[in-house]
Amino acid sequence: MDSDTRSKIESLINSNPIMVFMKGTKLMPQCGFSNNVVQILNALGISFETFDVLSDMDIREGIKEFSNWPTIPQVYLKGEFLGGSDILIEMYNSGELKEKLEIALAS
Amino acid sequence: MLKPAQVVASIKKALPDAEVTVEDLSGGGDHFQVNVISTSFMGLSLIKQHQLVYGALQKELASEAIHALALNTSIPN
Repeated sequence: MDSDTRSKIESLINSNPIMVFMKGTKLMPQCGFSNNVVQILNALGISFETFDVLSDMDIREGIKEFSNWPTIPQVYLKGEFLGGSDILIEMYNSGELKEKLEIALAS
Repeated sequence: MLKPAQVVASIKKALPDAEVTVEDLSGGGDHFQVNVISTSFMGLSLIKQHQLVYGALQKELASEAIHALALNTSIPN
């Protein structure tokens, strides 16, 4: 990953409390896993930003290296990697996600 | 295209004690549901647990032989 890509990723996750790297957009997810994440965050009624990795090959590959995580979507909370679709589903079902988001967004 | 048994073998190579079940979701050999139960996950966060499995499947994921992977990890009772 070149330094331009890295600084673009850092800028995205640092300027948005909840940043989702996904395939497609919030309104038109292009993959079932990305759609899961959007549905969960919508269900919790919180606002979040998304970046469509299909629009940018450098970010699409760079984000995997950035987090040492090989798949997309990826969710970042306050600059920290939270997980992908399976982890979000599990955290949502246990109630942990709601709690974690509320605490992070209140501080 | 990968067979579920090949996915199981790759995971077991990295996590020998693991109990692994793999389901081919689309029948096309590239969308899998993977369940892994292993003592290696003890004390690890969910992210770290998933990273262990992803690590075992690095080759398959990087080459996009595996296109999508739904992953469930747990520790034996």
